[in-house]
Amino acid sequence: MRLVVGHLYPDYLNIYADRGNIAVLAGRTAWRGIELDYRTIGLGEPVEPGEHDLYYVGGGQDREQALIAPDLVSKGQALHEAFAGGAAFLAVCGGNQLLGHSYRDRSGAELPGIGLLPQHTVAGERRMIGDVLLECELDPGSPRTLAGFENHAGRTYLDEGAEPLGRVVSGFGNNGKDGLEGCRVAGAIGTYLHGPLLPRNPWLADWLIARGLARTLGQPPELEPLPDELELSAQEVSAQRARSRGGRF
Amino acid sequence: MIGPTGVSSLPSSGERREVPSFEGREAARRLASVRLRLEIGLARAAGRLSRVAGQGGGTTIPGKILATVDPGAVGKLAGMLPLGSALVSATNGKTTTAAMVAEILGGKVALAHNRAGANLVSGVASALLAQEAADLGLFEVDEGVLPDIAARIRPQAVCLGNLFRDQLDRYGELEHVAEGWRAAVLDLDPAAWTVVNADDPLLADIARGRAEALRFGIDDPSVARDLLPHAADSKYCRTCGAPYEYAASYVGHLGDYRCPRCHDSRPALDVAARAISLSGLESSSFDLVTPEGTRRVSIALPGLYNVYNALAAASLSLVLGAGLDEIEAGLASFRGAFGRFERITAGDRTVLLLLVKNPAGANEVVRTLVDAGAPTRVLVALNDEIADGRDVSWIWDVDFEPLVGSLDELVASGSRSEELALRFKYGGLDPERISLVRDLGDALTHGLEATPPGGELVVLPTYTAMLELRQIASERGLVRPYWEEAAA
Repeated sequence: MRLVVGHLYPDYLNIYADRGNIAVLAGRTAWRGIELDYRTIGLGEPVEPGEHDLYYVGGGQDREQALIAPDLVSKGQALHEAFAGGAAFLAVCGGNQLLGHSYRDRSGAELPGIGLLPQHTVAGERRMIGDVLLECELDPGSPRTLAGFENHAGRTYLDEGAEPLGRVVSGFGNNGKDGLEGCRVAGAIGTYLHGPLLPRNPWLADWLIARGLARTLGQPPELEPLPDELELSAQEVSAQRARSRGGRF
Repeated sequence: MIGPTGVSSLPSSGERREVPSFEGREAARRLASVRLRLEIGLARAAGRLSRVAGQGGGTTIPGKILATVDPGAVGKLAGMLPLGSALVSATNGKTTTAAMVAEILGGKVALAHNRAGANLVSGVASALLAQEAADLGLFEVDEGVLPDIAARIRPQAVCLGNLFRDQLDRYGELEHVAEGWRAAVLDLDPAAWTVVNADDPLLADIARGRAEALRFGIDDPSVARDLLPHAADSKYCRTCGAPYEYAASYVGHLGDYRCPRCHDSRPALDVAARAISLSGLESSSFDLVTPEGTRRVSIALPGLYNVYNALAAASLSLVLGAGLDEIEAGLASFRGAFGRFERITAGDRTVLLLLVKNPAGANEVVRTLVDAGAPTRVLVALNDEIADGRDVSWIWDVDFEPLVGSLDELVASGSRSEELALRFKYGGLDPERISLVRDLGDALTHGLEATPPGGELVVLPTYTAMLELRQIASERGLVRPYWEEAAA
């Protein structure tokens, strides 16, 4: 088996240790004998729909996000086609915002997104910083938790009827008000959770690997279990942090 | 609070005062002086109490009390220093740089210096209180509070060493810190010196056009890296946004850069290090090239990052009036600042403490260790208190991989030891070689027991883990408490 990962703008969007997420995808495929073909997609480089199984977009500072935003819009149609063709997505923080409809900054200027995720973001006054704990159920009957760290000034609002990634147990979430975090459409996930996200939430890494492989296999394969004691104890510590000090200004 | 009229006009606690007649003004001044003395007495007593009560070194409590009683007091106290004040700030190296300057100037000038590293307003206030007879203030200052402190004490020189991504949960994005620095530099008195690391594009830009500026940097491509490290910041042109090209990259994004599009480039260096020689973990030497001549200088510290610290210290000392003889002697006699590069003897073994707190600094520590012959056992202690950064994601931006190949054992410790262990697991270290020992005291005991007699245990702690380790070492009779060292 082979998983082709397309990492968008790794030179620009890497502020919250995004490569930790890539390292987890690399480790967990290698340990199972799955070949990982990791490809970067930079500024001005075209996206070929059908080339990648899983796209990753990380977070950047405002300056870097502004530098890549117009280029991302020019790739929008190709990314929509890739999504329609079954590719999975993980977009974190700034990447999550840019995959929505739009981002309105403090001055009121609107930065267009690509509308892959049914949400829009409006910059707020105070940053929402702290540990987060979510409950989610990506596959019916399999409730899970996600633990991470959030640090964002943007308030993200889902479209009517759109599905969040999870419900906030502790922390701010999308906007600090509606108790929702992230966005999920089929195999595409957007979230503010970094930390990075995947090392302490290995089940989500495996879910993304399986969804990515499903593009060519037709359905997500059963992945062989890995010894995850360390990962789970790291998740528990992170979850405790969220319970004791998440989601407060 | 920010105004060009100097320290004496800063209002205290924000209230507006009538401008009194001449006699009235004289009386008000005397009254203010009496009030300040009372406040100083109160604050000093609190520092002694804090030490007696065993609550720590009392390095910030007197200043906190003073700042609460009279928010304008820091400026007033600094205004009494006959030779004024100098500030040192940087993401990495501010404690070491300031300590080097203290070593260079210390024999000549009585300093008020926050040498224990308490670098917020309260720490600066405490240093001013503790050193009443000082002539010159020398303060390392937290990146986030530099604008505030500069506005309060109106320094005659500011030394800016570098800006790297650091504790995003606390400082916010790099650009926000940079904007604060830019405003602080613009607000400096016209005659004040700006001493900047010109190898950092962001800092060179901040000092652009400033007349009283001294620009330092490294000019030795033989010690350059092949590639920018993964976590490099500020790598896009400040003027036009294109990626810089580096003729030489030294530490993180620091180097000899040039924009291929608009041709903006590193400015000419006033002070430079050339012919750098790095000798393992023990020492470094280089040609210090200055407008006043060139000297071969040696420091008893490893790594290019300490060459930058020495350059910063030499440059700041020059604008403060030191000669090359003093600079050469001061750098030669300098020994590592508290916890940054510190050897502790533990019976027939030694412990080498190397503080790590952000990707750029940790990368240089790793690089220096590997260049000196990679260790087979390392204790890394990751805490997530406010002073460490509650967001521990930065460890994934550190290039720990060069250590992995030679490690027989990683001792992962601290309040986030599991996360650290994961970092090494996904970095390629066999989980069998990872010992998870959350408690720092137990981890130190374990690491030392596993170290052969005569050997050295390398310890990389985050900030609060470093304080905790020194406390443990002090309880075991290995080091003196930090407030005693600060007073020494």
